[in-house]
Amino acid sequence: MINLTINNIPVTVEEGTTILDAARKLNIRIPTLCYHEDLCVAGNCRVCVVEQVGMRTLQASCAVPVRENMQILTNSMKVRQARKNIIELLLSEHRADCTKCYKNGNCELQDLANEYRTGNQMYLDLVHEKSFTIDMSSPSIMKDDSKCIRCQRCVRTCAELQGVNALSVANKGHEMKISSFFEKPMHEVVCTNCGQCINRCPTGALVERNYIDEVWNAIYDPTKHVAVQTAPAVRIALGEELGFDPGERVTGKMVAALKRLGFNSVLDTDFTADLTIMEEGTELLTRLKKAIVDKDATVSLPLTTSCSPGWIKFIEHTFPEFLPNVSTCKSPQQMFGALVKTYYAQRKNINPKDIVSVSIMPCTAKKYEAQRPEMRDSGYQDVDYVLTTRELAIMIKQAGIEFLKLEDEQYDRFMGDSTGAAVIFGATGGVMEAALRTAWEIVTGTTVPFENLNITPVRGMEGIKEATVTISGCKPEWSFLEGVDLRCAIAHGLANAKQLMQAVKDGKANYHFIEIMACPGGCLGGGGQPIPTNPEIRKKRAEAIYSEDEHMPLRKSHENPEVAQIYQEFLGEPLGHKSHELLHTHYKARKRY
Amino acid sequence: MESNKLSRVDYIFRPETNRLDLLKRVMSKEKDDFLLELIDSGLKGRGGAGFLTGLKWKLAKEAQADKKYVICNADEGEPGTFKDREILDRVAGKVLTGMALCGYIIGADEGFIYLRAEYRFLSSKLNKMIDEINEELKSIGLNFRLSIRYGSGAYVCGEETALIESMEGKRGEPRNKPPFPVTEGYLGKPTVVNNVETFVNTVIIAEIGYQEYKKLGTDSSRGMKLFSISGDCSKEGIFELELGMSLADFVDEFGDGDTKAVQVGGASGFCVPRKKFKETIIGFEGIPTGGSMKIFNSSRSMYNVLHNYLDFFQEESCGQCTPCRVGCQQLFKGIMAVKRRERPATYLDELVKLAETMRFASKCGLGQSVGNAFVSIVENFREEIVY
Repeated sequence: MINLTINNIPVTVEEGTTILDAARKLNIRIPTLCYHEDLCVAGNCRVCVVEQVGMRTLQASCAVPVRENMQILTNSMKVRQARKNIIELLLSEHRADCTKCYKNGNCELQDLANEYRTGNQMYLDLVHEKSFTIDMSSPSIMKDDSKCIRCQRCVRTCAELQGVNALSVANKGHEMKISSFFEKPMHEVVCTNCGQCINRCPTGALVERNYIDEVWNAIYDPTKHVAVQTAPAVRIALGEELGFDPGERVTGKMVAALKRLGFNSVLDTDFTADLTIMEEGTELLTRLKKAIVDKDATVSLPLTTSCSPGWIKFIEHTFPEFLPNVSTCKSPQQMFGALVKTYYAQRKNINPKDIVSVSIMPCTAKKYEAQRPEMRDSGYQDVDYVLTTRELAIMIKQAGIEFLKLEDEQYDRFMGDSTGAAVIFGATGGVMEAALRTAWEIVTGTTVPFENLNITPVRGMEGIKEATVTISGCKPEWSFLEGVDLRCAIAHGLANAKQLMQAVKDGKANYHFIEIMACPGGCLGGGGQPIPTNPEIRKKRAEAIYSEDEHMPLRKSHENPEVAQIYQEFLGEPLGHKSHELLHTHYKARKRY
Repeated sequence: MESNKLSRVDYIFRPETNRLDLLKRVMSKEKDDFLLELIDSGLKGRGGAGFLTGLKWKLAKEAQADKKYVICNADEGEPGTFKDREILDRVAGKVLTGMALCGYIIGADEGFIYLRAEYRFLSSKLNKMIDEINEELKSIGLNFRLSIRYGSGAYVCGEETALIESMEGKRGEPRNKPPFPVTEGYLGKPTVVNNVETFVNTVIIAEIGYQEYKKLGTDSSRGMKLFSISGDCSKEGIFELELGMSLADFVDEFGDGDTKAVQVGGASGFCVPRKKFKETIIGFEGIPTGGSMKIFNSSRSMYNVLHNYLDFFQEESCGQCTPCRVGCQQLFKGIMAVKRRERPATYLDELVKLAETMRFASKCGLGQSVGNAFVSIVENFREEIVY
């Protein structure tokens, strides 16, 4: 243990603790900008500098470990002067059009400027001397270098958490900036549109492409029927934007708010999550049968999930040789989009051209996914607009809805029914768990041998999880699976996914089924979720998801009555002709550069 | 403080004696004994920062690791410095011997010369010598191999941790310290990074003995130093002088009779005006220098001098930390704004405060030393900056 004093208050902390963490233990807040709990320490913004008595230079408290008998001052004259100067320097290279900024009110630089009462601009304005164009080429992410303070959180996010490296530092000195490969526009580089950079950008330099006005216009258009679907992970995070603590389930309030916003029908992506399980579960069992019974060497195993559009773009760029291994199932959002303009339109007797299909997603990659050319199987663009959790919160505020006081309401029918298995799609391991609940039952006729259906080995925040399930008690038609060890793996965050797929590629790992989610924690940590994000917040969101599951009357996808109904009335059977047409897709190999 | 008399000496470029005899002599002694002698000699790093060389080697020797490295910093980029080029051209054998010596002492088996991109023309000659010495080292059973790595032209890569990042194939950006390279350096292994001239000095100490070496220089600044002298001077070029002389003596010897100011230590050093020549000692007790001495006579505009330095810094900052990246631009554009009357002369006082912040709060030596030239020129030649 190390003894030191901070502002003359003694404190004892473990060796290796940073000055910043030691100060937090004493409830002394030191401001930070480039520091982020999810990322390695950069120590480059210098906002967190403190004085170490006896040292000539100030120390970056995020980067310097404590030493015995250190005397630290966090608020000395020298520190205050330096910190104020540094904030003023940052403001001088930042286009401070706060009232017009999308991040107004949720900007760490703005908060610091307020705290230090920077007032009149002291230094020369460096923004106006340079010309900046906002990169709006991506359907998901907008990049505005004039707001960038070069903290490199986005660069570290893209490299460390995602292993993508679409963003990197270019040039030096006054020309140093965050750039993409050869300064190409964002839609031409390896960016997966995951939006994790947005979640960690302290300013408005990286934000989502927002489609709020387009959606309002659709709602106001009397000739349009606007159907909205909500992803599993939105209901456990939306509250954070609207006055609740992280981890609050606000499903009923969210539905009520969507109805008040004027959507014609409020439906649930969870319905197609259940449908995904039916399709993907069948796909897995079919591939296993081909491999085990037919000894078909061409069958591609392991099968990987396809719900996460960030993962899809990543594998297209990084491991195109594994594209045959990716489930052909569309993501629940796109299944929903295809069905809303076919099945739903028929049942409701609405001309599909008059339907505007909107989805509320925890995700920015979904915006890109909705615009992929192959996502038009209904004859129209299946999903017209994708809003993030954050954009929905903005609409709710704009409409003057007092979210905290809303009474819970229910989803509309059809395509509003769901199960607990669908809700857990929002957490890493959730698709795996939902698939196992159903596949086990199809094969054996009994429920999965885990207490209360909770398949805990596939849960949790470990980057890569592995589980092996030995199948026993098979029905006669599935007897070929008797005694088979079903080997599963789960990864979240693309850096982990990369590591897992590399192991598969190198022949060091042998699985049947792999679940991959592009974002840390799964969709609950998605790039469209409320800011800030950190491990603690994601843990609370995961707890909320599993609690939502426990509270559902039905918890297995195949028990969803509307799912049974849609197969009976419309689709026929899983992997049937109609399913193939509407619910399945194909992928495209892309280059690394 | 007492200054030394200006005296020219000749150790560094003196022809090399038998390097294998020298190495064998050191290898016959206890490593710790040699380290004590090196520390006792008082030799401080010749790159400018002035860390005790013996202590650096001792820390690296004590660090526990399966692999250690020796790096010779030949990224000589400080404006007005050109002495390392001359050393590598004329007595590269001494540098390589010094590196082998270091490798033997700290237990490293690999050494690299990080050669500035502009000095690539030296490489064929250097490589030939490296091959020769690698063979010789093998013959006396010293397991140490040398090779060259090239810089790519960034000034900041002379900063030792940026240099290491660059060698690892990364963007040349300084690291957070601690940890220092002696415990976690190249590829995370204990690494000694020394300047070209420092390695030559260690060989000289091994050759003439630390007691003889200690007779040179002053208490705080032991030994001799190569000076790269340029500007308005009577004699220009590279001169080997004992440390600790007064700037007045220096100007008497090298000035053109009309010296207004001397920039000691290059762009990152200090500008000394005529009125302070007498009291200024060249050495660690006064103003240390990596070797650059730039002499300005009365025909020079100190505004132009400062403008030039700041333009250099705003371009050569790596750009990662706020005080240096933005601070350099503000200082550069700030003096122009004052000159153009877009800001009042008192704005210089704000800029001096900013320069102080850059000194305290920048991540590495580059940002921390921009204030040296700025404050010393603005304080001593304010009139020239404003009017």
